[in-house]
Parts: sequence; structure tokens; C-alpha cells
Amino acid sequence: MSDNQFYDSLEEEKEPGRTFLDSNELVLNMGPQHPSTHGVLRVILKLDGEKVNGLECVIGYLHRGIEKIAENRTWAQFGPFVDRLDYTAAVSNSMGYCLAVEKLLGVEVPKRAQYLRVILTELCRIASHQVWLGTHVLDIGAVTPLFYAFRDREDILNVFEKYCGARLTTHAFRIGGCRWDAYAGFAEEVLHICDDLGPKIDEYRDLITGNRIWLQRTKNVGYISAEDCVAYSITGPVLRASGVKWDLRKRQPYSSYEDFDFDIPIGTAGDTFDRYMVRVEEMRQSIRIVRQAMEGLMEGPIIAKVPKVIKPPVGEVYVSIEAPKGELGYFLVSDGTAQPYRVRVRPPSFINLQALEKMAKGSLVADVVAIIGTLDIVLGEVDR
Amino acid sequence: MPEVPEGNPVPEKAPAAPAPVAAVPAASTKPAPVPWESTLVQQLRTAYGDRICNATTFAGQNYIVVDRSVCHDVLLNLYEQSDYTSLTDLTAVHYPKDELPFEMVWILHSMSANERVRVKARFADGEAVPTLTDRWVGANWMEREVYDMFGVRFAGHPDLRRILLPEEWTGHPLRKDYGPHQQDEGWVRKNLGIESGQ
Repeated sequence: MSDNQFYDSLEEEKEPGRTFLDSNELVLNMGPQHPSTHGVLRVILKLDGEKVNGLECVIGYLHRGIEKIAENRTWAQFGPFVDRLDYTAAVSNSMGYCLAVEKLLGVEVPKRAQYLRVILTELCRIASHQVWLGTHVLDIGAVTPLFYAFRDREDILNVFEKYCGARLTTHAFRIGGCRWDAYAGFAEEVLHICDDLGPKIDEYRDLITGNRIWLQRTKNVGYISAEDCVAYSITGPVLRASGVKWDLRKRQPYSSYEDFDFDIPIGTAGDTFDRYMVRVEEMRQSIRIVRQAMEGLMEGPIIAKVPKVIKPPVGEVYVSIEAPKGELGYFLVSDGTAQPYRVRVRPPSFINLQALEKMAKGSLVADVVAIIGTLDIVLGEVDR
Repeated sequence: MPEVPEGNPVPEKAPAAPAPVAAVPAASTKPAPVPWESTLVQQLRTAYGDRICNATTFAGQNYIVVDRSVCHDVLLNLYEQSDYTSLTDLTAVHYPKDELPFEMVWILHSMSANERVRVKARFADGEAVPTLTDRWVGANWMEREVYDMFGVRFAGHPDLRRILLPEEWTGHPLRKDYGPHQQDEGWVRKNLGIESGQ
């Protein structure tokens, strides 16, 4: 810039409405390797100072073509793959897939297997929420709750390990029921977790809920209205925190959920704090369900008679369950052969993540971290 | 392998040849498609005539097959007249041998009635599907994924780009003619600096 141009620009500055420095928008890349994105999520932020003027998600870094893999496996062989979708809640994925294939086959799962499934998926929901709680709170700046949450999650993972030998990618269920029965000492350990967890959740509450920094960082942050939730097809705790009392376990019960008495916690404000409260309360409700299922666990077979070679009739079904992240659905198309013709996974994380732009626009850059955390996404499921 | 006795160890991978006769034990109720008759179907038939091709219940789940010319209208009609306010999911299925190879599947959900309905329509290769982003904002990413995976274009979509694969990738992986090990070798060499991703 020549001197004249510089002075000219100062002249322009005298015009009303102009400032000496134009505010320039800055583009900031957050991720894909960023601890608060909980995986490989890249967010391109358009910033004006600290304010987010726009953002765009770039996803697909973890795309493994799970749906394509399904078309080249048999129905049973695809079972272990679904664990790799939402790897913090592998048991739920397995539950959804098995229920969908069973629907296609018309197989009735024995009652004992249904109860066992409920016990394990609800434990899994607690474990998934504990991962969410620990990391979300850590993102916002509190380090201690992470250790509490992961310490308590360990007990649940130990049960999974004893039940099926794996802690994360469990492949806990089979088409038609369960592969394994409850091991010796299962009931004691599960009930012990239930007894322990109540006071531990109180501990989380004491650590977090009343904390002034926590309140300031979460209240009125990442607001989304119930109407917007429906327009964005959002499900799960995010939808419930906006005041919509919708839970598939209650409204479209599967796997004997109608036998159990539990409440659906809902929020009113639709902000990060309400979503926190909803998820914490869901953990308590899960304990209630596990206790009832443990009490009602009857003797009997654990797997229905399913042919060795599964060949469902020609047709298609859509079966969805209430996974910890939201509605996890499987749309299966069978052409009558031993391999699926098409498997579509309706991933709650993928669909909920879409609302990030809406929720974060106009907020501060620090709040983006809180909003990603509160959406509770898992990139394995977003990218599949 | 005509008959498989119970308890006989059989490899999971089934041969493509003859189907086992007793594939499903008698205890299970094998689902079969039956016509779906309801006031909703009646309403749609009066409104759209024979462009509602059929309405079927399979395994307790209802779906309507419609002609592609009215699919957008039917979906909006379900939203406005019958309170199917949630778009649960949308996806596509590829039938390469058929004249209209792409089947679009929309899954709608009514919270008030606690019911789901699937709407299906067939499209030719290269034909644009009307977008639903004008009614459901959430359709944006779902349609981008269908475009990415099947190469189905959506007319009126505000931002139709690939979503999971890189923008420069060639090919659409969920088409049936795309092999399970196939990939864009050129892209992999250029961007990852390796000979092959396999």
C-alpha cells in the first residue's frame, strides 16, 4: 500500500459508521484432531473475534463403509460389525440389529433372553452416559468428574467382560436371543452396581450441578426448541431436554420394556444444562429398570430356534430402538438370500450433529466445545 | 445342502445354490405382505388416484409405493393432513437390473398417532429426486449421504455435495456395480501418497 492510499483510507475512516479497523472474519479449523471433538470431527468456524458467525462440519474421516460391508456378509456375520458404530454403546447397536433381523424372520425371542438384553443394554446406557459425562465436563474445564465417571464405568465394563469376554466391542447378542447365559455371580455383581451407582450419581451431582462455573457455561448455551428438534429429526436426550416426552422404550416398547416401571425425564429449557440433567436422570432410571429386570429374570431358554443359515423372506423392515444417543434404526432389505440386500443404519449421532450449526451460530467459540459435548456424538456412528 | 439337521455344524457362509426347505422353524411366524387398508390410504387414493401404486403391510409395518411424479406431494400431504411431522430417515436402494433402478425410501413418523409409514418411489438413473429440505431441514444431510453413496441427485437441494467421501472421489460406493474392494485409486495415490488403500 502506498502512502497516499494509506492516508486515503484514513480519510474514509472519518465517514460515519466506519471504524479504523474493519472487523475481519477469521476462519478457524477445529479438528479433526482436537480432543473436544470426541473423535475425528472437523469443524470449520467462521469467527468474528470470539463470536461464531457460521460453521460447517466436515465428516467422513472414520468412514469404513459399514453398509457396503453388510451386503457382502451373511446376516449373522454382520453382527460384530454393528458394534463398531457407536463403540461406547456397542450392546445397544447389537440389540437394534438383532431385533431388526428377528422382525424380518418373525422369530420370538425367549423371555429370559429379552430380560438379559434389557439388563445389559441399560448397563450399557449408563456406561455410555458416563463416558459422555466425564468427557463433556472435562471439555468445559472440570477435570475431576472424568475420573469419577470412568472409575464407575469400569464396574460395568467388568460385567461385560465376564459376560462375553469383551469390554467395548461386545457382540453380546445373537439373532434369536443371547449367546451366553448369565454367569455365576452375575446377579450379585449387577445388583451391587445398582446399589453403588445411586450414591455415585449423587456424587456427580455434588461435584457438578451446583457449580457456578458449570452453570454459567451451560445455562442458555446451545438452545434448541422442540420445533427445531422435530424439523432436524433430532431424537434422544436432546429432544427430551427440549420438552418433548418421547422415548421409544415407552411409546413403542421392544424386548419387554413394557414390563418395567420407569419415568422419562424431560427438560424444559432445551439448553446444555437441561440435557445434562436429563442424561443424569436417565442413569437413575436405568438403574430402576435393571433392578426390575434382575428381579423378574426367569428361568428358561436364552435363544430361539433359528436356522444355522439365516435366509429371511423377501421383504424389508425398519426397526429402531432408543439407544443412549437417540433413535438407532436399522432398515433391512432382504432378497431371500443368506446375505442382506441392503442395510441402512439410521445413526442418531449423524442426524443430531446436523443441528450443531443451528445451535452454535451466534454463540462464543468456547461454547462450540460445550455444544459438541452436549450433543453426545460418536464419530464411529456419524461416519459409519 | 437340502436339509440342515439341527445342531449340525454348518459354515456360516451359505452356498448360493438351493435354499434349505425348513429355513425357518414352524414356531416362528414368517411375515408375509398383505394389503394395507386404512382411511389414510383411502384419502391418498382419492387425492392421487392410481398414482398410489400399492399400500402394503409387511411384518406389521406399513408402506406405500407411489409414482415418482407425486412422491413429494404425498409426503407433504402426509405431513399436513395426517400429522406425520417427523422425517425419521430417508435412504435409497439400488436394483441395477430394473428399468427404474433407484428406489427412494422415506420413513415418516407421527408422534401424535405413534405410527410410522414408509413411502417408496422408483427413479431412473440420473433422474433428480425432489428434495425434502423445503419441509424438513434435517433432510439436508440425509440427502447428501444418498447423493454421496448412490449418485442420486436431489432437485432443489441447497447444498448438494458429498458428505462422507472426499468431494473429488469418483464413483458411488453403495451402487451394486461398485465392488466391495473398489476404490478411487487415483485419489488415494494423489492424496494419501500410497499405492493402494487396501
